[in-house]
Amino acid sequence: MNKKSFLQKISLIFILGLIVFQGKSQLFLTNSGESNIFSETPVENISAINKQVASIINITSGEIAVRIQNVAFHFPNKLMEEHFNENYMESSKFPISTFKGKIQETIDYSKVGTYDVSAKGILEMHGVKKEKILKGKLTVTKEQLTLISNFDVKLADYNIEIPTLVMAKIAESINIKSKFILAPKKLQ
Amino acid sequence: MIKNIAVFALLTLIGFSVNAQDDLLDELEKNQVPTTDYTTATFKTTRIVSGHSVETVAAKHLDFRISHRFGAINSGFEELFGLDQSQIRFGLEYGLTDQLTIGIGRNSYQKTYDYYAKYKILRQSTGEKSMPITVALFGAAYTNTMPTQPDAKFYTNLERQTYCGQILIARKFGERVSLQLTPSILHRNKTESVDDANTLYSLGMGGRFKLTKRTSLNVEYFYTPSTLGEKTLRSSQYTNALSIGFDIETGGHVFQLHCTNSKGMSEKYLIGQTTGQWTSGDIFYGFNISRVFSFDKSDKNNHK
Repeated sequence: MNKKSFLQKISLIFILGLIVFQGKSQLFLTNSGESNIFSETPVENISAINKQVASIINITSGEIAVRIQNVAFHFPNKLMEEHFNENYMESSKFPISTFKGKIQETIDYSKVGTYDVSAKGILEMHGVKKEKILKGKLTVTKEQLTLISNFDVKLADYNIEIPTLVMAKIAESINIKSKFILAPKKLQ
Repeated sequence: MIKNIAVFALLTLIGFSVNAQDDLLDELEKNQVPTTDYTTATFKTTRIVSGHSVETVAAKHLDFRISHRFGAINSGFEELFGLDQSQIRFGLEYGLTDQLTIGIGRNSYQKTYDYYAKYKILRQSTGEKSMPITVALFGAAYTNTMPTQPDAKFYTNLERQTYCGQILIARKFGERVSLQLTPSILHRNKTESVDDANTLYSLGMGGRFKLTKRTSLNVEYFYTPSTLGEKTLRSSQYTNALSIGFDIETGGHVFQLHCTNSKGMSEKYLIGQTTGQWTSGDIFYGFNISRVFSFDKSDKNNHK
């Protein structure tokens, strides 16, 4: 066998491999996921919504990543929004919050159904990285994946201080509910 | 041969998955819609001390403001260093949109009502759209409702009116420092003395330095030329207004504590009728309290 045909074959296989990979899109993503944050205390309930959350799942490896722009959280009370960015999240210093992890369960993505999932990974917020296991529900349909998650974060874990004056109004741990509808990444 | 191919295919696979691992977050960053990050909180509230800042009240939010100026600090023990006297202004200021605020207020000093509108035409921002400064236009009118007196005679109601126009130009330099320039024009339909011109031009300068997350030090100065060539614009009893303040923000409230040589709390007095002298201790201690209420009911249903 001469060298040329060997190289040809290799490149053919390589190209085929790529096509097969892309054809069976392994990346599912969204740029318009929703995350809600809730702080509930007897004195005051505070909530905010972010409709521009980006999330991606690699179905072959089970890896998942979420990227949140802090300034895209909107509060009904604009003063709270200002304080959220200025005093608590310090969004000009730490503009992005992320989660990067791996779905621990083995899921058959070719089978339609709803699965309880948990992802173990690193949640980075306010410049602090912490390992966390997030629980959620993953619904597989033919066209898309829907991921719903609900978890709490303790503000103290992420060095977010609540001054004594407003302690009664802001919960120590904040509830975060998210819903991501992920579609296969389009071929480029 | 087959072995080679297998190895190669395996390598490709590994290469690909390693690649995918590292790039998941980068992939998101590439795909995420870029947002314009508008600079917020250039100042803590709509006033630097007595004069306006570029800040407007958010849409559907109401800012209720109570401002006090006590008497002159050099008035001695008998007056408890000014605490026996006080001037008050209370005001209601509402955000029609995030850019447009309208307000009405009542000053006990000369029983004056004030009405204003402030519109942000440019917003400092980074990201998708980039803008180095925030610019707002400000227009106000003042009505003196004091009875006619020997030194202030009003023959018609129009003579009681004063108007002010300002261009507020501000930039937030990082987290701590914000500076503002305020070219202003003030027109009095009737002045209190013959030495006073009806129209005054002034350049306001203001700034804040954030001491902690919730407190800041503010300074404000209005430079008003008192002559133009031979012509006298402002009677010699009046001086330029210099105010030094300290802001404390506590969630829903902003408290502003300050010392100023201007007894009045609006542009009419800051530019035209500031009498105090810092050098002789003829200054006034005062405070503003701002309480913001939200009337935005957009997602009250979130908590069940």
